[in-house]
Amino acid sequence: MTTPHTTEPRDPHDDGRPRMRAVVGSTRIEEEMFGRVFDGRVVQRIWAFVRPYRRRVWIAVAAVLVFTLSQLSIPLLIGLAIDRGMVADAPAGLLYGIVALFALAIVINYIASLVQERVTAQMAENVLFDIRRKMFSHLQRVSLSFMDKTEVGRLMSRLQGDVNAMQEFLETSIQSVGDIALLIGIIAVMLWLDWQLAGLVLMVLPILFGVRVLWLAKARAAFMAAHEANSLTNGALAEAIHGVRTVQATGRERLNADLYGKLAGRTYQAQLRASRLAQIMIPIVDSLTGIAMATVVVAGGLMVVSGRIEVGVMVAFLFYIQRFFDPIRSLTMQYSVMQRAMASGHRLTEVLDVEVDVTDAADAVPLGPDDDGSVEFRNVSFGYDPAQPVLKDVSFRVKSGERVALVGPTGSGKSSSIALIHRFYDVQAGAVLVGGRDVRSVTQESLGRHIAMVLQEPYLFTGTVMENIRYSSHWASDDDVIEAAKAVGAHDFITAMPEGYATRLEERGSNLSLGQRQLLSFARALVADAKILVLDEATANIDSYTEMQIQKALERLLEGRTGLVIAHRLATIRTADRIVVLQQGSKIEEGDHGTLMARGGLYAKLYDLNYASFDDLPEALTDADRAAAT
Amino acid sequence: MTVTPRPVAPTERAFRRTASIETRQGVGAIARITRMCFRYRWRAGLAFAATVPAVLMQLSIPVILGRAVDTTLEMAGDSPDARALVFIALTLLAASVLRGLFTLVQNYSAESVGHALAQDMRKAIYEKILRLPFSFHDRTHSGDLITVGMLDLEGVRMYFSTALVRTLLLTLLIAIGAWMLLSTNLVLGLLALSFVPFAAWRSSVMRLALRRTWLMLQEKLGVLSQVMEENLAGIRVVRAFAARDHEMAKFDRASKDALELSHRRIDLRVRNTSAMTLAFFVAMGLVLLYGGQQVAAGEITVGTLATFLTFMTILQMPVRQLGLMVNAYARASTCGTRLFQLLDMPNEIDDAPDARDLEITDGTLRLENVGFAYRGGGDRPAVSGISFEAKRGETVGILGAPGAGKTTLMHLLPRFYDVTEGAITIDGQDIRDATLASVRQAVAIVQQDGFLFTTTIENNIAYAAPFTEDQRIRGVADSAQLHDYVLGLPQQYRTVVGERGVSLSGGQRQRLSIARTLMMEPAVLILDDSTAAIDAGTESRMREALKTYAKDRVTLIVAHRLASLKHADRILFMDNGRIVEQGTHAELLALGGRYKALHDLQMNDAPPPAEAAR
Repeated sequence: MTTPHTTEPRDPHDDGRPRMRAVVGSTRIEEEMFGRVFDGRVVQRIWAFVRPYRRRVWIAVAAVLVFTLSQLSIPLLIGLAIDRGMVADAPAGLLYGIVALFALAIVINYIASLVQERVTAQMAENVLFDIRRKMFSHLQRVSLSFMDKTEVGRLMSRLQGDVNAMQEFLETSIQSVGDIALLIGIIAVMLWLDWQLAGLVLMVLPILFGVRVLWLAKARAAFMAAHEANSLTNGALAEAIHGVRTVQATGRERLNADLYGKLAGRTYQAQLRASRLAQIMIPIVDSLTGIAMATVVVAGGLMVVSGRIEVGVMVAFLFYIQRFFDPIRSLTMQYSVMQRAMASGHRLTEVLDVEVDVTDAADAVPLGPDDDGSVEFRNVSFGYDPAQPVLKDVSFRVKSGERVALVGPTGSGKSSSIALIHRFYDVQAGAVLVGGRDVRSVTQESLGRHIAMVLQEPYLFTGTVMENIRYSSHWASDDDVIEAAKAVGAHDFITAMPEGYATRLEERGSNLSLGQRQLLSFARALVADAKILVLDEATANIDSYTEMQIQKALERLLEGRTGLVIAHRLATIRTADRIVVLQQGSKIEEGDHGTLMARGGLYAKLYDLNYASFDDLPEALTDADRAAAT
Repeated sequence: MTVTPRPVAPTERAFRRTASIETRQGVGAIARITRMCFRYRWRAGLAFAATVPAVLMQLSIPVILGRAVDTTLEMAGDSPDARALVFIALTLLAASVLRGLFTLVQNYSAESVGHALAQDMRKAIYEKILRLPFSFHDRTHSGDLITVGMLDLEGVRMYFSTALVRTLLLTLLIAIGAWMLLSTNLVLGLLALSFVPFAAWRSSVMRLALRRTWLMLQEKLGVLSQVMEENLAGIRVVRAFAARDHEMAKFDRASKDALELSHRRIDLRVRNTSAMTLAFFVAMGLVLLYGGQQVAAGEITVGTLATFLTFMTILQMPVRQLGLMVNAYARASTCGTRLFQLLDMPNEIDDAPDARDLEITDGTLRLENVGFAYRGGGDRPAVSGISFEAKRGETVGILGAPGAGKTTLMHLLPRFYDVTEGAITIDGQDIRDATLASVRQAVAIVQQDGFLFTTTIENNIAYAAPFTEDQRIRGVADSAQLHDYVLGLPQQYRTVVGERGVSLSGGQRQRLSIARTLMMEPAVLILDDSTAAIDAGTESRMREALKTYAKDRVTLIVAHRLASLKHADRILFMDNGRIVEQGTHAELLALGGRYKALHDLQMNDAPPPAEAAR
C-alpha cells in the first residue's frame, strides 16, 4: 500500500532519519510588491479616474507652486531685512516695509498650504473610493466562473491594499511637484545670489543624492525583510488564535511556543537591522549639511569681508542649506512609491479587465408577472470550457406549477443546469427558456425576480434577521417578512432570540444552527415571491430533526410555484411530479417515481440500494458493482 | 423536540478597539510599560544618555552660526582673518557630525528597547493565548485577539522611543533653548518662543482628535470591507436574487460614510498644521521686526539675530511633533490596558499544584454523575447526571438532537472545560488531579470542524507527533481513507493545504482530522460528529479499518447517521443534557422509544419525513 511512488518528490536532505515536521505559521507567497517605475498603460488607466477631478489637480499643482515660491522668499526677505532694513543709515520705515512683505509671504504661504494639502488629500481619497467602487461594481458583473476561481481574500487585497497604494501615489505625486520646484528654486536662488558660492555649496548635492540612492537600495531590502518577518510572525499568531482548540487538543502548546519564539527572534533581528539602516542616514545627512554650512562660513565669510556679498546673503544661504535635504528625501522615496503603485495599478487593471460575458441584449425585455412559470431546456449543450461540455444536448420541460427533481451522481451536471436557468452562464448550443422566452432575450434583473433560488449552503449577511429575510425584496413590508418566517417555521426561534427580528446576526449568522440558517434562507426566497423556485438541496448530513423542519418548510415554499429541485433526499424526490435523471451531462431517464421504478434503470438501481440520501450513491454503486463482480 | 441553542456567554468586549479606557487603568498600564522598558537597562540608559549631548550639539549650531556672522562682520574692512573663519567652520562641522552621531545612538538604542520589548511581549501573548481555556476563546472574537497581538503590541513598542525619550528630548531642547535665548535678550526670546505654546497645544489637540477619528474611521472601513467581503463570498446569492442594485446601494452607503469621515480627518489635519506653520512664521516676523530695530539701534548684533532665527527653525519640527508624543502616551495607555488585561487573565484550566501524570493501566473511563453549566448559561446545566463506564476495547455511540449536550459532554473528557458537578476518572484517577498534558495525551478528540494548518498534509497529520516516521503517517492516513486521495495530489504528502494551499472538501478535511487524531494513540478516542461530510461508503470502509485500532482503547462516537454508531457496544441517547435511553442497537429498537423513531425516520421504508412531521 505504501510502496514509494516513482513520481514522489524526494527530500534532498532526506537521510532516512525522522525529521521534525513542526512549523508554526506558513511561508506565505508574497505578491510582487514593486513593479516598473513607470508603466504608461497603467498610468493611462489611472488617469481615467483622475480626469473627473482634473480641475482640482491643476488647482493643487498651482497651490503647490505658490507655496514653494513663498517658502523660497522667506530666507530672501530675512537677508534683505538684514542688509537693507537694519543698517544704521536705513531709511525709516524700510524695515517695516520688508516685514510687511514678509507678512504677505506668510499669509500666501498659509493659504497655499491650506489649499494644496486639502485639495490633494481629498482628491486622492475620492479617486481611491471611485476606483474601489468601479472594481466592486465590475465584480458584480463578471462571470461566476471567474469568481469561483478567485479567492475572496485575493480580491479583497485588490479592493484594499492595492487601491491604497494608488492613493498614496496620487497624494505624493503632487507633493513631488512641490519638492522638485523647491529644489530647483533653492538652486536657482542661490545661483542668482552668488553663483560662485552657490557652486561651492551645491557640490554636496550630488553627493547627498548619490549616497541616498545607494542607501535606498540597501535599506529597502532591509525594510522589506523586516516587514516580511513581521507579517510572518503575525500570521503565526493569527494561526494560533484560529487553531487554538486543535493546538490544545493535540498538546502542542509548548512546542509551538518554542517555534514561535524563534520566529519572534528572527523578526527582532530583522527589525533591528532595518532600524540601524534607517538611522545611519542621520549622521550622513548631518555631516553633509555641516560641510555645506562650513563652506558658507569660510568662503561666504571671506566674500563678505572682501565686500563681494552682503552678510544677509550669507544668512540666506545658511537657511537654504537647512532645507536641502527634505526634497531629496521625499523625491527618493517617491521612487519606491511609484514602483509600488505601478505593481498595484497593474493588478487593479487586471481586475477591471476581466471580461463580462453575460450582459443584457440590446433589445432585452423584462419578464413580467404575466409570463408563466415554465422552464424549458432545448437541446442545451454547455461547458465552462467549451471543449469539455458538462451538459450534452439536454432537453426537458417543467410546466408552470409543476415540481421536478433533478437527480444524478456528482458531476452529472445538475448544478450547471440550475446556473443556466438563472443565466449565470450562456449556453453554447440550444436554448434555456423561462416563461416561454429565451433567457438571453430578457433582462437579467427581471429574470432574477422571476426565479427565486435557494442554495445548498445557506448564506446570510451581517445585519438583522429582518434585513436578511427581506434582502433585496424592498417591496416587502415587515408583516410580509414575518408572514414568510411563520410559513417556513422560523418565527418561533426568531422571536425566542433576545431582540426578535431586530437581532443582529454576527459573522454571517454563526450564532444560528445550520438548520436555522437554512430556514432563514427559505424565508428569504419566500419573501421574494417568485414564480419559479430553484432549490439546491443541502448535501451535508444534517440531523434528522433539522431535516424534518426543512422538509416541512420546503413544502410550504413550493406551494403554488414551479419547483425545480436538485434533490439528494429520497423524501424530496418521491414527492416530485417528475424526476429527471442526469448522468455525465446527459439526461438518461425521465418520469415519475413509479414509472422510473418500473423501468428498472439507473434510478431504480440507485433507489434499491436503500440509502437515505442520494449522495451516498456513487460510492455505494461502486461497492455494489464490486460486489457484483466477485 | 425543541431545539435550544447552546447558551453562549456574552462576548468579551474588553479587547475591542475603542477610544474609551478608564484613566486609572491607563496610568497603571503606562507605569507598567515604563518599568518593563527599564528591563533593558543598558540600552534604555544609553538612549537617555545620548539624548543630552545630541540636544547640546543641536543647540550649539545656532550659536556657532551667529558667531560666524559676527566674526565676519567684525572683520569687514580689516584684513580678512581666514584662520578664525576656518576655526569656526570646523567647530560647526564637528557639532553637526556629533549631533548626527548622538542622534543615531539615541534613536537606535530607543528603538531597540522597543523591539526587544515587543519580542518579549509577543512570546508572552502567544503563550497566554495558547493556554487560555476554551471558555475564554468561546466568548472572545478571534479578530479582537489578533488586533491586540498586532496593533496593541505596536502601540506598546513605540512607547519608549516616541513617548519617553521624546519627552526628555523636548524638555531639554525647550528648557535649555529658552534659557539661552531669554538670558541673551528677554523680549526677543519671548517673541521667538511665542509660537511654542500655541503649536504645542494645537499639535496635541489635533493628534488626540486624529486618533479618535482614526478609530472611528477604522470602524467605518471595517463595515465597508465587511460589505465587500460578504458580497464576494456570497456572490451566488447576490446573483440569484439579481440584487446588484441592492448591493451597490449597501456599498455606497458604507463607502459614503467612510469617505465623509476621511474628508473630515483631512480637514482637521490640514487646518491645524497650517495654523501651526502660520504661528511659527508670525513669531519669526515679530523677531525680524523687533530684532531688526535692535540691530539698527546697535543693541544686538546681526549674529545674535541669526542665532535667534536659526534656533527657531531648529525648534519648529520637534514642537510640531509634540502631538506625536502626546499621542504615544494615549496610545500606550489604551493598548497597554488591553494587552495587560489579556496577559493577566487567569488560566482557569491548569495543572493542580500537586498534579501528576495520568497513569494508564486498564484504560477504563468512568463518568460519575457528571454535570456542567456554561458560564452565563443561567441555571440550566448543559449536561447533568451523566454516569457511564467504558472499558478498553469498547465503543460507545452517542446520539441526540442538536443542543442535547453531546459535544459539551465530549469536551469535558479532555478537560477543555472542567465539570461543575460529579467527576470524570480514567483508571480511577480524577482528570482534574492529573497534569493537563497527560490528560490531553490520553483523551484525543476529532472535533466537528477541525482546524487545518496551512502546511503540508504530512505536517498536518503528524501535528501531535511531529517527530514521527513517514510510515506511521501513511499508516494512519490509510486507516482514515485518505491515503489514496493524497497519492493523487501533485506533491502527495508534501502538498500544502489550508487557507493558502489546496482546498480540501469537507469530507477530506474530516478524514485528515481523523488521521491526525489517530496519530496520538490515545486511551480514549472521541469522534465528535466528525464523519458527517464523509459519504457512507467511505465511512463504512473506515470503520472496518479502525476495528483493530479500537481494540486498544475506548472509542466514543457522536453521530447523526445511525449507520455510524449502530454497531457500538452501547448507545446513549441524550436529550436536554441527560441520557434518556441506553442500550445496544437491538435493545433500543426493542424499547420502541426515541431511538426507534429516529431509526424509522432514517430508513427508506418510512413515510416521507414531510408527512411524518405533520
